[in-house]
Amino acid sequence: MIVPIIFLIICIVGSFFTGLPFSFLFDEMVIRLARNLVLVASLILPVITGLGLNFAITLGAMAGQIALIIITNYSIGGTTGFFLSLLISTPFAIIFGYLVGRVLNKAKGKEMITSMVLGFFANGIYQLIFLLLCGTIIPVRNESLLLSSGVGIINTIDLANIKYSLDSLLPVTKYPIATLLVSLLVFIFLHFILKTKLGQDMRAVGHDMEIARVSGINVDRTRIISVIISTVLAAWGQIIFLQNIGTMNTYGSHEQVGLFAVASLLVGGATIEKASWKEALIGTFLFHLLFVISPLAGQNLLGNAQIGEYFRVFVAYGVIGLALVLHAWEKNKARTKLSDVKE
Amino acid sequence: MDLLQIKNVSKYYGENRVLNNVSLSIKEGEIHGLVGENGAGKSTLMNILFGMPVIQSTGGYEGEIFINGKNYKPTSPEEAMAEGIGMVHQEFMLIPGFTITENIKLNREQTSPSLLSKVFGKRLEKLDMKAMAKDAREALNKLDMDIDEYVPVAGLPVGHMQFIEIAREIDKAGLKLLILDEPTAVLTEAEADKFLEVIKKLSEMGIAILFISHRLDEIKQVTDSITVLRDGEVVASVKTDEIDVREIARLMVGRKVELSERKNEDRKISDEYILEIKNLHVNMPGEEVKGIDLKVRRGEILGIGGLAGQGKLGISNGIMGLYESSGTIIKDGKELPLNNPREALKASIAFLSEDRRGIGLLLDDSIEFNIAFSSLEVQDNFLKKIGPMKLIDKKKVREHALRMIEELDIRCTGPRQHTRALSGGNQQKVCIARALSLKPDLLLVSEPTRGIDIGAKKLVLDTLVKLNREQGVTIIITSSELAELRQVADRIAIIYEGKLAGILPPDASDEEFGLLMAGEDIKKVVS
Repeated sequence: MIVPIIFLIICIVGSFFTGLPFSFLFDEMVIRLARNLVLVASLILPVITGLGLNFAITLGAMAGQIALIIITNYSIGGTTGFFLSLLISTPFAIIFGYLVGRVLNKAKGKEMITSMVLGFFANGIYQLIFLLLCGTIIPVRNESLLLSSGVGIINTIDLANIKYSLDSLLPVTKYPIATLLVSLLVFIFLHFILKTKLGQDMRAVGHDMEIARVSGINVDRTRIISVIISTVLAAWGQIIFLQNIGTMNTYGSHEQVGLFAVASLLVGGATIEKASWKEALIGTFLFHLLFVISPLAGQNLLGNAQIGEYFRVFVAYGVIGLALVLHAWEKNKARTKLSDVKE
Repeated sequence: MDLLQIKNVSKYYGENRVLNNVSLSIKEGEIHGLVGENGAGKSTLMNILFGMPVIQSTGGYEGEIFINGKNYKPTSPEEAMAEGIGMVHQEFMLIPGFTITENIKLNREQTSPSLLSKVFGKRLEKLDMKAMAKDAREALNKLDMDIDEYVPVAGLPVGHMQFIEIAREIDKAGLKLLILDEPTAVLTEAEADKFLEVIKKLSEMGIAILFISHRLDEIKQVTDSITVLRDGEVVASVKTDEIDVREIARLMVGRKVELSERKNEDRKISDEYILEIKNLHVNMPGEEVKGIDLKVRRGEILGIGGLAGQGKLGISNGIMGLYESSGTIIKDGKELPLNNPREALKASIAFLSEDRRGIGLLLDDSIEFNIAFSSLEVQDNFLKKIGPMKLIDKKKVREHALRMIEELDIRCTGPRQHTRALSGGNQQKVCIARALSLKPDLLLVSEPTRGIDIGAKKLVLDTLVKLNREQGVTIIITSSELAELRQVADRIAIIYEGKLAGILPPDASDEEFGLLMAGEDIKKVVS
């Protein structure tokens, strides 16, 4: 509980120095919550299944971007384009999730570092495909997608076709109501999953793999399913994120996804063993509030916006490090001590 | 007809025969006690009955088992459960974060269909928590447990956990035979009493119970009949009221001890103490020591025995500072700093660990380096100085290793061979050689013959005795094999529940050893 409180205090103090009007902050937070919640929510199931923080949602983000490149290639836009990209990304995400799950089952106890390295590794393959194979082996119809040499996808893709396609689907107010509804649906879905037999199995596996196995639960399969759901949600989350941003950095948009989503969840008070929708919501809010106010606070306090920028990267890594240390510390405390032996 | 009939079951692990023609039968509602030392074959028999995978993967078993006259050959725990066999393991199979209900119904949850389950299959059916709680309540009621079924298991007293495990077993439909592996080991006396009552109640409900315990008075109190296993053979299978606790103890331990091996030498051991242990506590998981006072004479071989998990292994590990410990240890009149392996080594104490492959040997290094390693680290032997640097004197190491290989008859291709490739017996000899390189006057040896074949066992033991006689090294040998201790030790201390139960001479009767190991109160200390 201490982590979110510290962040809340930092945010309150910081917002005092920014001098931003409340209405601006509110609008900004609603937009940021809408575009990030699904990505953060995708991390919940692996934590419950005992896999820790799934940094490999980077692969899900890649699946989402692959789908976006495909629909841009065929110049399909609007709401149709958006839902089509969700549809196209799903099989990719399922395959990626399955492969990640298989690898993580081989690396029990070291899932987090493995998933992080898998993200880097997959990035290499991703670059190979889109820098080298597109335009040579893989035909690209939309020539504006290609670099001037005719080989490789351009660095920045304009997603004007599907920009705000979900956000403004229900144009009741200026807020992205439809996106928030989708996020709500995802949270309800996760909540429901946890009430089913599958969810119970996931929790059992997360608490103790050995006991789950002895009770006849297929541990490996349960873990793989958990990773697949996580990866699919990450793919959708990335599409939702990018339709709000409106442009896609082909070789960079996915890179920070794992890091920022994980940091958000941890800021909300989650640990590598415990996470729920509450932590996801609180954490996303606090983390992005800090994102909004830190450059300005840095500017006003120290006369340099870069300090604020530096600060938020520092915070993202710092909070992950802190969470891991706190976890190790708690675990250490739980061990029996000599005084316990003495009755 | 008998509910369970085991006929001539034998089981080999490789060349090693762990069960030999075991036959046993249990009637419906009967409470059957199974007693035996560690390694007598109790666990193997349980594993066979419960269809544990380890049995199949090591080549199955010979003989036949019948349930209600029907042939039964389980290959998985699921099959065993389907036949109505339940088992409560020694370690609790409970998930602390789950409620009692969730634990009782683990992987047997009731579910109701939902929208998603119609698309994605049964696994997405919603849990019916109410129906689950109702079943859990019923099972708990049968055990007279009035605890709330929605309480999480974490933080409950151990006694409750034991009952929850049993509730889970009786909740399974058609439970006929319940196997209880050392169920009272973790219970307090009051809990144990209640537990025994529950067992009797279950048997009145018609459930047969196979009760494994080394608390002989409990066995005597609660069972209808008793089978005693020793070295994989049934030595007795009798009605409980036809046998008394002393007789059980005798049967459990008794074996043809080769006392002839002991020469009738006239042992003269000085009255001087080389080591005094006062109120030693050691936090070694699974082998906790809870306050031991022990004095060791210079030049003697002291055996430390007792059943697994009672704390005998913790003593040596505590003296060496490998596990957190408290108390006072006086070596040669000087107090030894605790929790500091280096100081222990410097005080001329050497240790042969029971975990030979884990912490005893550097498996991917050569024999010669393994032999020289500790001495080089602690006593600066085998080093040559060149200016400010200390380098390993390879020539000296080689000479020493060759001498040790010859003296201890280590079978190897040469001093450069890696220890991983050696057999268990030869690995143990490398450990001994290393300990000797330290020139210790006190040698602690834990389970020196574990996992070693019979021929090598004798060699290792003979080497230890030779060391003691010829070089005057005091030896504390800890072993699960009582016969081995009786063969080499001058006195044998038996540890029970982390405390000293008594010290016996090696020629004390089987009965006395058996009673001490089972925690029966016979205050007997030879000095």
